[in-house]
Amino acid sequence: MELTGAEIFVRCLQEENVDTLFGYPGGSVLHIYDALYRQDKVEHILVRHEQAAVHAAEGYAKSTNRPGVVLVTSGPGATNAVTGIADAYMDSVPLVVFSGQVPTSLIGNDAFQEVDTVGITRPCVKHNFLVKDVKDLATTIKKAFYVATTGRPGPVVVDIPKDITADKCEFQYPRSIKMRSYNPTVKGHPGQIRRAVDLILSARQPVIYSGGGVILSNASRSLTELTRLLNYPITNTLMGLGAYPSSDKQFIGMLGMHGTYEANMAMHHADVLIAIGARFDDRVTGNIEKFCPNARIVHVDVDPASISKNVKVDVPIVGQVDSVLKAMIKEIKAGERRPDPEPLENWWKQIDEWRSMDCLKYDRDSELIKPQYVLETLHRLTQGDAFVTSDVGQHQMWTAQFYGFDKPNRWINSGGLGTMGFGLPAAIGTQLAHRDETVVCVTGEASIQMCIQELSTALQYHLPIKVVALNNRYMGMVRQWQEFFYQGRYAMSYMDALPDFVQLAEAYGHVGMRIESPGDVEGALKEALDMKDRLVFMDFITDQSENVYPMIPAGAGQNEMILL
Amino acid sequence: MRHIISILMENESGALSRVAGLFSARGYNIESLTVAPTEDPTLSRLTLVTRGSDQVIEQITKQLNKLVDVVKLLDLTEHRHIEREMMLIKLKVQDADQRAEVMRMAEIFRGHIIDVSAATYVVELTGDSDKLDAFVESMSHFEVIEVVRSGVMGIARGDVALKL
Ligand SMILES: Cc1cc2nc3c(=O)[nH]c(=O)nc-3n(C[C@H](O)[C@H](O)[C@H](O)COP(=O)(O)OP(=O)(O)OC[C@H]3O[C@@H](n4cnc5c(N)ncnc54)[C@H](O)[C@@H]3O)c2cc1C
Ligand SMILES: Cc1ncc(C[n+]2csc(CCOP(=O)(O)OP(=O)(O)O)c2C)c(N)n1
Ligand SMILES: [Mg+2]
Repeated sequence: MELTGAEIFVRCLQEENVDTLFGYPGGSVLHIYDALYRQDKVEHILVRHEQAAVHAAEGYAKSTNRPGVVLVTSGPGATNAVTGIADAYMDSVPLVVFSGQVPTSLIGNDAFQEVDTVGITRPCVKHNFLVKDVKDLATTIKKAFYVATTGRPGPVVVDIPKDITADKCEFQYPRSIKMRSYNPTVKGHPGQIRRAVDLILSARQPVIYSGGGVILSNASRSLTELTRLLNYPITNTLMGLGAYPSSDKQFIGMLGMHGTYEANMAMHHADVLIAIGARFDDRVTGNIEKFCPNARIVHVDVDPASISKNVKVDVPIVGQVDSVLKAMIKEIKAGERRPDPEPLENWWKQIDEWRSMDCLKYDRDSELIKPQYVLETLHRLTQGDAFVTSDVGQHQMWTAQFYGFDKPNRWINSGGLGTMGFGLPAAIGTQLAHRDETVVCVTGEASIQMCIQELSTALQYHLPIKVVALNNRYMGMVRQWQEFFYQGRYAMSYMDALPDFVQLAEAYGHVGMRIESPGDVEGALKEALDMKDRLVFMDFITDQSENVYPMIPAGAGQNEMILL
Repeated sequence: MRHIISILMENESGALSRVAGLFSARGYNIESLTVAPTEDPTLSRLTLVTRGSDQVIEQITKQLNKLVDVVKLLDLTEHRHIEREMMLIKLKVQDADQRAEVMRMAEIFRGHIIDVSAATYVVELTGDSDKLDAFVESMSHFEVIEVVRSGVMGIARGDVALKL
C-alpha cells in the first residue's frame, strides 16, 4: 500500500522504537503533525521553544544512551533549534532532528519561512540530509539514526520539504544499512592494545583520565573493573562523571580548571597517562605547553580525529571504549605481569598528601547559605541516586564537585558549548525517560531565565522536576572572573530586576519555595523531594561572594591552581 | 609543507560545501581545489592543495575522513606522483615580433595557442604549478589580460591508486 511521506515518517519512527518526540508545529510540518495525530505509539511532547525541544531530547539521550528525536518547522523553527544542535554536537549526543522545509519547487526562492537549514547546521552536525524524493525518505531516516548513534555519536539533521510529506510511495523500512563512506571502527587494534597494556603495567605514577566517551560507550563497568584490577588512581572529566563511582577511594575527583588539587597534581606528575574516551579539552589541559610534562600517553577514542589533536599521544587506540577496555582486561588477566606494588604505594601516599589539602573545603559556619552545602545536602537526601541536570555557571561546577555521582548517565550537563538554558529542558527530557525517578535541575537565577518558559511544558506533562536554583543575584561565573582578572569591575554581571521566582513558579502552576537561611535548607529539600507529583521550584538565596575553588587560571599549568 | 590531497566522495549536492566549510571552520588554508565526477557517476574526485605542519596535515586528513560523504582519500605527496594544472592565459600582442615571441615561448613550454584575434593570443599550458608560474613570469613584459588556472590535480605513479 502506498503511504504519504508524513505517514512514512511516523512509521519510520515506530520502526526505530522512538517513544518520545520533542517538537513544535508549523506550516511546513502540518502533514506530519496530522499523521502523528492519527497514531498513538510515538508520544509528542510539545515544548515552548524549539531550543528546548533539542535540549530535552539531549536530556533524554544522555540519560538513556538512546537517540533523542526532535521535530521542528522550517525557518524560525529550524534556526531556534540551532543552539541545541550545536550543543549536542560539542557533547557528542546522539540526536535525530527533523526540520520541515518549504516545498521543493520553492526552495531557493526566499519563500515564506525558508532558510537553508542544511547550510546553517552543516558546521554543527555530524551529518545532515535534504530529502528530495519521497522514495528516499525511509532510507534517509534509517541512515540518520545509524549515523547519529554509531561511532562517535552526534546530531543528524533531516530536512524534509513539505511536498515530500504529501507525496506517496510504497513503504518499506530497510532492515540494515551500509554506507560505503561511513564505517566507524569498533574494535581496537590488537597490537596497539598489547603495546598499551605493556606501557600501562610499567607505570610507576599512573593516572587514568576518563571522559564522556566511557558513558557514551556504556563502558562504566569495564572501566571500573580495569581500574580496580590495576589499583590506579582515576580522575573523570566533567562529562565523564559517574562513569567511575565517585565514592570509591581510587577516585581522585574531577580534573581540569575546577577539578581537585589531587587530580590536577597527579596529572602533572604522572609518568603514564591512560586517557579513555576523553578529548584533551582546553578546560582540562590548561596550558598545553605545561600539560603532563613527564607522561607517556595511551589514548582510547573512537574518533581518530580526537587523537593527537591537542596533545601528541604515544599509543593511540581507535575503537569503542567498551570493547577496547574488555580486551585490555583480558590481556592483563591472561598474563602474569602486574603493576609494581612499591612505586604504586608511594604514588598513593603522594596522592593522599595532596588530598589532605582538602581543596573543596568551604566555610560551614556561615550565616549565609553556601551553595556547596545545598548540594551536599541534596546528595545526602537523594543518596546520590538522582538524575541531576544543570545549567551553566558556578552552580554547574559546584554540582560536579559536590554531588558525588556513583552511576553513569545521571549527570546531565552542557560541557562543550556551555549553553545557559540547558538545564530545565534537559530535566524535562530526563524525567520523561525516567518517570519514577528523582530528577533535579540545578540552576542559577541567570541561566534559568533562558528557558524558563519550559515550566509550562513541565506542567502539561506532569513532570515533578525539582528545580534547585542557587540564586546569588549574579552571573556568578562571570563575576568570579571579573573579581580575579578584572580587579572587581563587575561589568553587566549583576542580575538586576529579578522576578519573584516563587510567584513565577506558582503562576506556572507549580510549587515555589524561597529558602534564605542555612538552617532551612535540609527541611526545604526534604519537603520538596517528598512532593512526588509536583514540580517544586526552590529559590535558594545563597552567598553572593562565593567563588568556585580550586581554579586553574587560563594559560596556567595544572600545578598552578588557585586554592581557597 | 605543501600537500596535495585527493578525495573520493559521494557525488551529492552539498558534499563540496562540506569540504570547503571544514577548511574555513577549522582555519586550514586551501590553495586550490578542483572537483569533477569520476568514471563512476556516483563518485566525485576532489583534489586540493593545502599547506601545514605535519600535525596540521594529520588533522586535515582525519577531519576529511570523518566527513560522512568522504569515501576515501590519499595524500599524494606521500607517494611518487604526477601533478598537473592547466592554464589559459590571454596576452596582448601588438606586432609581429611579439606574436613570434609568444609562439616561441609557448613552444618551449609545450603550450598551444588556441585563440587568435587582432590584438590577443590565448595560450593553453599544462604542467605542474611551478611551470605555469614560470611561464607567467616569462611573459612579464607582455600585457597579461587574463589568467585562468584549473587548480592542481594529480595521480600517484605505479601501483598506488585512489579507487574503491
Ligand atoms: C563553565 C564550564 C567549566 C568547565 N570546567 C571543566 C573542568 O574543570 N574540567 C573538565 O573536565 N571539564 C570542564 N568543562 C567541560 C569542558 O568544556 C569539556 O566539555 C569537557 O572537558 C570534555 O569532556 P571529555 O574530554 O570527557 O569529552 P566529551 O566531550 O565527553 O567527548 C567524548 C570523547 O570520547 C570519544 N567517544 C565518544 N564515544 C565514544 C565511544 N563509544 N568509544 C570511544 N570513544 C568515544 C569522543 O570521540 C570524544 O573524544 C567545563 C565546562 C563549562 C561550561
Ligand atoms: C547562552 C549563554 N550566554 C552566555 C554565557 C556565558 N556565561 C557563562 S556562565 C554565565 C553566568 C551564569 O549565571 P547563573 O546562571 O546565575 O549561574 P552562577 O554562575 O551564578 O551559578 C554566563 C553569562 C553562556 N555560557 N551561555
Ligand atoms: Mg547566579
